[in-house]
Amino acid sequence: MSRETIELVVFRYNPETDCEPAYQRYQIPYHHDWLVLDALNYVKDHLDRSLSYRWSCHMAVCGSCGMMINGEPTLTCKAFVRDYADSIRIEPLANFPVERDLIVNQDDFMSKLASVKPYIIDTDDVPLSEGEELQTPAELAVFDQYTGCINCLLCYSACPQYSLSADFIGPAALTLAHRYNIDSRDDGFRQREERVGSDDGVWQCSFVGACSEVCPKGVDPAAAIQQGKITSAAHYFKKHLMPWSDS
Amino acid sequence: MNTGPLVRQISRRQWWLGASRYRRYMVRELTSLFIGAFAFALIVGLWRLSQGAQAFSAWLDAMHSPAGLAFNGIALAAALYHSVTWFNVAPKAISVRIGTFKLPDSIISGAHYAGWLLVSILVLYLVRV
Amino acid sequence: MSSHKPVFWALFAAGGTLSALLAPVLIFLIGFAVPLNLIDPEALGFARVSGALATISIALTMLVIIVLFLWHAAHRLRVTAHDLGWFPDSVAVVLFYGLAAAGSVASGWLLIGTT
Repeated sequence: MSRETIELVVFRYNPETDCEPAYQRYQIPYHHDWLVLDALNYVKDHLDRSLSYRWSCHMAVCGSCGMMINGEPTLTCKAFVRDYADSIRIEPLANFPVERDLIVNQDDFMSKLASVKPYIIDTDDVPLSEGEELQTPAELAVFDQYTGCINCLLCYSACPQYSLSADFIGPAALTLAHRYNIDSRDDGFRQREERVGSDDGVWQCSFVGACSEVCPKGVDPAAAIQQGKITSAAHYFKKHLMPWSDS
Repeated sequence: MNTGPLVRQISRRQWWLGASRYRRYMVRELTSLFIGAFAFALIVGLWRLSQGAQAFSAWLDAMHSPAGLAFNGIALAAALYHSVTWFNVAPKAISVRIGTFKLPDSIISGAHYAGWLLVSILVLYLVRV
Repeated sequence: MSSHKPVFWALFAAGGTLSALLAPVLIFLIGFAVPLNLIDPEALGFARVSGALATISIALTMLVIIVLFLWHAAHRLRVTAHDLGWFPDSVAVVLFYGLAAAGSVASGWLLIGTT
């Protein structure tokens, strides 16, 4: 069975002229080896130059081409048109404000990400002249999987708690907080815990698990957050039951 | 005219109907209703026990009445769904590492299922006459 | 600000694990084993149950089971009330945690009576 053409049903919204979004249909040629991103690029190059969307690397590294394909948060550069029926619905990532067409506003995520200090906080006073801080393969293996995050926001788009609770820090940022907390070179747990262990942090997660199902990089945010809850709870009980301890 | 970024509203009560993973989540969460209700049934049993043999056997009869059996049936289905979903995601919360080796998720889940089986057999063994 | 949810989450998680292990077999045993003629009705009769619950360790086990089942359910239902917008979180806290606390006290009091 060979297909000649397929149809894209694309979410359109122009803040300068539209009050409401609308869906526009495009007939495009079918190619067995096309990604959904290639199909969008065909529309942009040949049919409608006004269509706006983000993309860059075309190889699931930059994390900028995430969209809803038939309602599922997906990297359009990681989804082949051949895996879909003859009509493919493409919408901007759910749970984010739409700037224009398929482009969402990421400001909320960016500020939340910064708030959990996703970088190594090294407070010991070893001078640089003492050389680099070495790490064993076992110490690397502890957090290695979580370094795969490309901030594509698919997990936020899949997370019901992010859509229900405006202040929830959300999967990727909490995962990155955990990634640094468990890094043997890092001493920043307590600085992050104020945010991570708050009602807006891990405790707003109800373990739907959708984040891990849609993650294109196998990062498994749900695992990071559950393990973060255990760490945070241990810290809480130590602080309240053993106030004399140094935590 | 510039209306600015478009904020799409979700339905607070119906969002979970939209995808099968959300429906499964909601069923999983609502199993707790039956865990809690069964605990209250046990409390009623203890209360009837304190009133003597006749009251206690009336409680048992109520548990085995058609309405009681219907409740038990739904509660058992809910409890089984709770057990399966709980053990399946246990590896996310429990990460066991020995050096660079990570214990596979299937081993962690499998250990929970084995424990479930053992505990169930143990309870049946202890209660047998 | 640090959250106090760890307390309730710990009860939820402990109750979730305990109920995952025990709820199916207990519901089967109390709900179906006698009607299906799988055990002697005397196994769950007044004499045997009150005799067993006179033992402190068995009464304590029963208490732990009931209390943790209740707090597991209470915390999950609090989350569901939030998920579905049933009512404000403060109402869910009073209602569900209140029920769990009342049930815990009641079962504790009744089990002191059996021992």
